Amino acid sequence: MSMENALPISHRQRLWLYALGGLVMLFLIAPSVIIVIMSFSGSSLLEFPPQEWSLRWYESYFGSLEWRDATIVSVKAAVMTAIVATLLGTAAAYAINARTLRLTGLINALLTASLIIPVILIGIGTFFLYARIGLNNTLTGLVIAHTVQALPLVVLTVLSGLRSYDMNQEMVARSLGANRFSAFFQVTMPQIRFSIVSGALFAFITSFDEVVVSLFISGGETTTLTRRMFNALRDQIDPTIAAISTCLIVLSIVLLSAAQLFGRGR
Amino acid sequence: MLLSLAQSALPIGISGIEKRFGAVSILSDLSLDVAAGEFLTLLGPSGSGKTTLLMILAGFVRANAGSIKVGGEEIITMPPHKRNIGMVFQNYALFPHMNVFHNIAFPLKQRHVSAAETAERVERALDLVQLKGLGERRVDQLSGGQRQRVALARAIVFEPRIVLMDEPLSALDKSLREHMQIELRNLHRRLGMTTVYVTHDQREAITMSDRIAVMNAGRIEQIDQPEVLYARPQTKFVAGFIGESSFVPVESRNGSVWYEDRKLRMTTTAPSAGRHLMVVRPEKLRLVADADEAGGVNLLPATVGDVIYQGDSFVCYATLRDGRQVTLRDYCRSDVLAKLPAPGEPITLGIDAQDVVLVADQ
Amino acid sequence: MSLASASLDHASRRDGALNGDALNADARREARGMLALLSPGLFLVFAVIIVPIGWLFWLSLFDESGQLSAANYARFFEQASYIKTFVTTFKVAFTVTGACILLGYPLAYMLSQLPRRAASICLIFVVLPFWTSVLVRTYAWLVILQRKGLVNTWLMDLGVISQPLPLANNFAGVVIGMTHIMLPFLVLPLYASMKTIDVDCLRAGMNLGASPAATFRQIFFPLSLPGLASGVVIVFVLCLGFFVTPALMGGGKVIMWAMRMEQTTSLYSNWGAGAALGVVLLGVTLALLGLFHWLLGARATGVWSRR
Repeated sequence: MSMENALPISHRQRLWLYALGGLVMLFLIAPSVIIVIMSFSGSSLLEFPPQEWSLRWYESYFGSLEWRDATIVSVKAAVMTAIVATLLGTAAAYAINARTLRLTGLINALLTASLIIPVILIGIGTFFLYARIGLNNTLTGLVIAHTVQALPLVVLTVLSGLRSYDMNQEMVARSLGANRFSAFFQVTMPQIRFSIVSGALFAFITSFDEVVVSLFISGGETTTLTRRMFNALRDQIDPTIAAISTCLIVLSIVLLSAAQLFGRGR
Repeated sequence: MLLSLAQSALPIGISGIEKRFGAVSILSDLSLDVAAGEFLTLLGPSGSGKTTLLMILAGFVRANAGSIKVGGEEIITMPPHKRNIGMVFQNYALFPHMNVFHNIAFPLKQRHVSAAETAERVERALDLVQLKGLGERRVDQLSGGQRQRVALARAIVFEPRIVLMDEPLSALDKSLREHMQIELRNLHRRLGMTTVYVTHDQREAITMSDRIAVMNAGRIEQIDQPEVLYARPQTKFVAGFIGESSFVPVESRNGSVWYEDRKLRMTTTAPSAGRHLMVVRPEKLRLVADADEAGGVNLLPATVGDVIYQGDSFVCYATLRDGRQVTLRDYCRSDVLAKLPAPGEPITLGIDAQDVVLVADQ
Repeated sequence: MSLASASLDHASRRDGALNGDALNADARREARGMLALLSPGLFLVFAVIIVPIGWLFWLSLFDESGQLSAANYARFFEQASYIKTFVTTFKVAFTVTGACILLGYPLAYMLSQLPRRAASICLIFVVLPFWTSVLVRTYAWLVILQRKGLVNTWLMDLGVISQPLPLANNFAGVVIGMTHIMLPFLVLPLYASMKTIDVDCLRAGMNLGASPAATFRQIFFPLSLPGLASGVVIVFVLCLGFFVTPALMGGGKVIMWAMRMEQTTSLYSNWGAGAALGVVLLGVTLALLGLFHWLLGARATGVWSRR
């Protein structure tokens, strides 16, 4: 037991606090657990606990061409967003960290703007712009819009990695004969790789889970999984979505654990 | 065969360096020459600009103006990786994702040295810093002193034209630091590389350097050999920063220097007319009798304050007639102790003519 | 290229400054390199966020016949449906923020008092939902709260109620769903700030004779307020512009700001009116953040959202 928070209050006196906290944690986690369990139900009534078990909703998900296409679109967009956002975000974070430029505050504000601007506004604005340059319902348009939303996460994650990294190492590498570019790849990048990979994972998940902007700019051939789910939910509560949701929850767990593992392997 | 640095040692000519951050001037019109193979230390308090100057030499900070010539070649606009300068940082900046061997081989790899030669040169460098056989160690398996040596080996293995060190020993504990000072000094003697060393520790500077440049507020106050710097400080700052000093106000008029109504005996010529300060080092003061004046000693009448015994020596704080405090240090020899009066009693302090050093009163 | 003039000092261009011009050129070259690293990201943000929003703002200044007018903004005060939307939006935002404080504060407090290992395990319960799709979580609440959903079935089985409670497709459903989504945005910054409270302060308080309750009230709680404030602002601002949950769980009865924007543009293709709504929403958001920044200083940046 660590002593860091050891106040002279016994755990028994704190029971009410643990009970309350436990209930809130239950509130947070229960919906996901219930959905995962229900996704294996054999009936279409969404009763809990399920009376019979089956994989029929997974079969319905993987067997449907529409769902499969939408999933492929989402994966493609997420992979490309992760790649583009990580490249641009890492480059930008390096430049911000170097503090060579004036107006670093303004640059920071611009790059992280999409965090504070209401997403609905970004959705409408992007749709409006894309309508004029023909990017609506295209994968390119999707990747660009998602990259802008993922960029702040990559910039902030990589920047925090760079701030805890000792820049003297890159300087020493340069004095030892490596140019700046090569010093970054040989010395800096191996040490901030955790932040870069985390940033990439966050970018992936941001794109994959994005709903609002996709609602406006994706459609037809490039309908994303989230858009199709949203439309399906507007109509009726289809248990297939429980199966899809379970897959998304598993994806989140896998990606978060990957980020954690990278953190420890540092 | 050692690393053949002696042949490649080059002089550095620094002139007219200006560095400002916004409106704040960090270095102003700074010039300095370092001889080939010299060990020169930049000594000064924090904020004196010594590290900035080192960073300008290495190419990590850009001066606003100035020239740095290494062996006659202008390097001030050269990127760091082309300057061929070995650098040791305060925190060593070893690459934690590489083992000792690869850390030291890093500069050779950048220069596309063959694997066989790299292995041989890293081995020699490890030998030189007494880390033979530790090439496969990870950096986090090394002690502070060993890391220091690896950083040093890495900075010299590629036979750089000059070596820069930024407080490289400040992270070590005292006894290891003193040991490393001697070792660095010996290494420099053997290899003869032109070295610019930055420290705020005056003892370290005195122990290691051929010459010391004392910096204050972006300017060089004085450059001299350590002995000269100590014995003949040219400014009040240098006298106060290196060793302990008390300052006694004196006046120069008609070609002689006066302390109150006494004419000072001194071996140097009197400075320009006006007020000056006499630099009084604790060990240069002695307890004397009034009669000793005939023997060429300057007398300073005072009152004894606290006397603090320190085992082999003692420190006596005395107050001059104008209220100024001076400090005297001497060994606890019985003849000296016999002469030492009790606190509150009058006393006469003496300083020899050749020990009189005057600086401007700023 | 005003950005690229970094760390140049024009004063150094005086005559005779040794290598002054070469050094200035070198500085400009480095600044250009850094700008080149930034420019792709900045360009995308500019093209996809700044330009369209500026364009929308411009559009909002014209009425449907293309005349410059304030009609799009006047509508806010004249049409009852708009006023109802604003009232609903703020009602939801206040209720959800309040619920988040009530649920989030005890949880964050418990997390901050637990030993490190236990805390990091419990933190998974906060972080995992945080990184789970909003759509998935909204769907889950739909399933749980609907007429024949989990809660109603259980309550009826237990005999607590005889008729199903109306939990989904109304205000209550929106608030429950949104509270679940917003809770981590409050807990994470609050927990982070509680972790920085020096335990010695609390020990000193108790040592000086304060009861545990008094120590909490007089020392811990005031020290935790900046973190709480930062979490509250994030939650409130996110609520104002939130779309997914009210759209799916409101049953068409709870129309929030973002939904009104979507309807105005997608359904009625009235871009000017939708744009005006967006401009005001952005204005309110920035004003709240600015007010918060002004009140608490740059200290509390908190954990920012991805939605």
